[in-house]
Amino acid sequence: MGFPEEVLEHVFSFITSHTDRNVVSLVCKSWYEIERWCRRRIFVGNCYAVSPAMMIRRFPEVRSVELKGKPHFADFNLVPDGWGGYFYPWICEMARAYPWLEEIKLKRMVVTDDNLELISKSFKNFKVLVLSSCEGFSTHGLAAIAANCRNLRELDLRESEVEDLSGHWLSHFPDSCTSLQSLNMSCLSSEVSFSALQRLIARSPNLKTLRLNRAVPLEKLSTLLRRAPQLVELGTGAYSAEIRPDVYANLTEAFSRCKEVKGLSGFWDVLPSYLPAIYSVCSRLTSLNLSYATIQSPDVTKIITQCPNLQSLSVLDYIEDTGLNALSLSCKDLRELRVFPSDPFVANANVSLTEQGLVAVSEGCSKLQSVLYFCRQMSNSALTTIAKNRPNLTCFRLCILEPRAPDYLTFEPLDVGFGAIVEHCKQLQRLSLSGLLTDRVFEYIGKWAKKLEMLSIAFAGDSDLGLHHVLSGCDSLRKLEIRDCPFGDKALLANVSKLETMRSLWMSSCSVSLGACKRLSQKMPRLNVEVIDEQGDLDSRPDNCHVEKLYIYRTVAGPRFDMPSFIRTMDQNPTYRS
Amino acid sequence: MDTTFRLGGAGDYADEEELELGLGLSLTSGAYAPSSNGPLSNQVVGWPPVKTYRMNSLVNQAKFSKNEGEKGAGEESTSKKKKNKNHENKNDETVTKETGHSGFVKVNMDGLPIGRKVDLNAHDCYETLAKALEIMFLKASTSASFIRTEKQQRSRLLDGSSEFVLTYEDKEGDWMLVGDVPWRMFLGTVKRLRIMKTSDANGLAPRFQEKNQKPKNKHIELKR
Repeated sequence: MGFPEEVLEHVFSFITSHTDRNVVSLVCKSWYEIERWCRRRIFVGNCYAVSPAMMIRRFPEVRSVELKGKPHFADFNLVPDGWGGYFYPWICEMARAYPWLEEIKLKRMVVTDDNLELISKSFKNFKVLVLSSCEGFSTHGLAAIAANCRNLRELDLRESEVEDLSGHWLSHFPDSCTSLQSLNMSCLSSEVSFSALQRLIARSPNLKTLRLNRAVPLEKLSTLLRRAPQLVELGTGAYSAEIRPDVYANLTEAFSRCKEVKGLSGFWDVLPSYLPAIYSVCSRLTSLNLSYATIQSPDVTKIITQCPNLQSLSVLDYIEDTGLNALSLSCKDLRELRVFPSDPFVANANVSLTEQGLVAVSEGCSKLQSVLYFCRQMSNSALTTIAKNRPNLTCFRLCILEPRAPDYLTFEPLDVGFGAIVEHCKQLQRLSLSGLLTDRVFEYIGKWAKKLEMLSIAFAGDSDLGLHHVLSGCDSLRKLEIRDCPFGDKALLANVSKLETMRSLWMSSCSVSLGACKRLSQKMPRLNVEVIDEQGDLDSRPDNCHVEKLYIYRTVAGPRFDMPSFIRTMDQNPTYRS
Repeated sequence: MDTTFRLGGAGDYADEEELELGLGLSLTSGAYAPSSNGPLSNQVVGWPPVKTYRMNSLVNQAKFSKNEGEKGAGEESTSKKKKNKNHENKNDETVTKETGHSGFVKVNMDGLPIGRKVDLNAHDCYETLAKALEIMFLKASTSASFIRTEKQQRSRLLDGSSEFVLTYEDKEGDWMLVGDVPWRMFLGTVKRLRIMKTSDANGLAPRFQEKNQKPKNKHIELKR
């Protein structure tokens, strides 16, 4: 504590994790002061947990801000339009307070063209814009970013919903812009000017990541690749063209020059005849996203068996058990597997992907840590086998397509299987449940899942006891999202203080009463208890009626005021109401 | 604070919360298997949890690749993939690459301040679409009410028996009654949907008749 400030500041500069920096600031007042002046990166996991003014007041010299808005279930259409998550108040204040801001990363927020224009004009040294699953803006906003951000390094629009008015925005990058390192425009549908794209790539010697959109034709891909042999991550456009030997030859040759490519994605509309063109890069691939490629198991297998260094794979269930078996034999370095459903809305698909595929991968891939798996059948024995094979799992998300589907062999609930997962995988941080589940599975989770930070529950449980097990047992729980479960007032009201230790709790189509929401809000002033009711008549509802949707989160910013009429924050001081 | 936790039994909750194993599935002896080749028996909002972005992408592709006629992995791949969906003549409703048509369209209902989005590509006929909208707008409060039996009657939104009727705005900006044109033609022209009070919708009929020169049908012909 006798060190001069500069020394401490220098030491702190090596501490980069947000949690560590938060801990540092708690040591003593002077450390708090020093730390807050030299903090450069801020992460706000819930944009309503703190206000922009508070952030700016405490951290005046920030260079990078990351914000998250809507709850995760917004991805599945469970959060109504107009819910919130507006970037507007943040950008207004940051434009004034952080002239040296370099990075903005947003997830599930509403961003407008005006916001984008404000970004492009407020920060002289702006470098990185990541808009993940955002919405509210159009290609006009992108044009402003392209035109005005002189030192732009990264523009990543992953999975955002963009009003695509034209591809002209890309042509707004001035000829003087040579700083681009990463461009992800895969979510856009309009065709950009190919010559503008080509020239942009040619004058960006540091371009490492390029994710094209579907409209970039395969015939032209080789032209682009030839100008960017230094690429590390490539997302193709549509991967089909008329079958022409010259196109094929050009493509094969262009890929063979890409000695640095480690990750591939894109692959919409795949024409399998063109797939061998990528074989030359396969041996170096660590990441492969074929989850939009509607190709059959033999074609998928041919590729992955040539990728011994693969660490991350995303595929459709067309890979089938046979493909997953091949994966387990070929890709011994696999860390992450995601298998998506090709036809999620039918009960029976003609795709032979079962629990066996996942079991095989769990056996063969000793480094497997992260799983996202959609399938149509599961058994307790398979889950137990997986758990015992892979105690190093940190993320296990299983989605059995039919809600409440039991163990297909024994008809029993899948409690024991998931119980095995949480018991053996002691480092598990994220878990998504599905299938037929009773309160018992939650007993196991509360008992074993001590490192669990995020839990997703749907169509599960019998009673409040289930929820109580989770809230009282999961010591590390930060995010809990629940839909269509018979959980109600008792569990919530018995665990009120737990809720303040978590980022957020989402419950929809459960059995929580309006009265309980009010009581909870009164007991816990530092929680916002927001009730969403799309019937629009909350005022006239009796206290014993069940709320449709409930979103509870801790905050130091008090209730928010940007809500639409069908969302209410429960009153914390009803006695003072006029 | 008393931390002992006493809970009542299942009787605390309304019958609808009872675990419903039926779900249109037959639990015969032998391995469990969903009995129908049709849609999942519970078509509910947000399930299965596949991101909007992914659904749009996949479904637009399916249309595209069907129309291509080029199947590198052999003919069997097409039939294998598409056995479960009955689609009409594939060649007439071409979806071009540049369309980027989102499967999701906005739906508003008279009297409700908020809109929702529905994924048209998750449906292959008016019936399932209408039922999904019924779930979203007319039965929003209960969790289990969506559980359906095979014998469920036709959606009230389509047969004119409800106080509400389903309408859509087409590419030309006209508001039309849903159900009068073939499903795939509807997909190609719909911009957004509106659940309108039947009394307000009466004005649509003459315009509609003008446009299509045929009398308004009370009973919607379902195309499968």
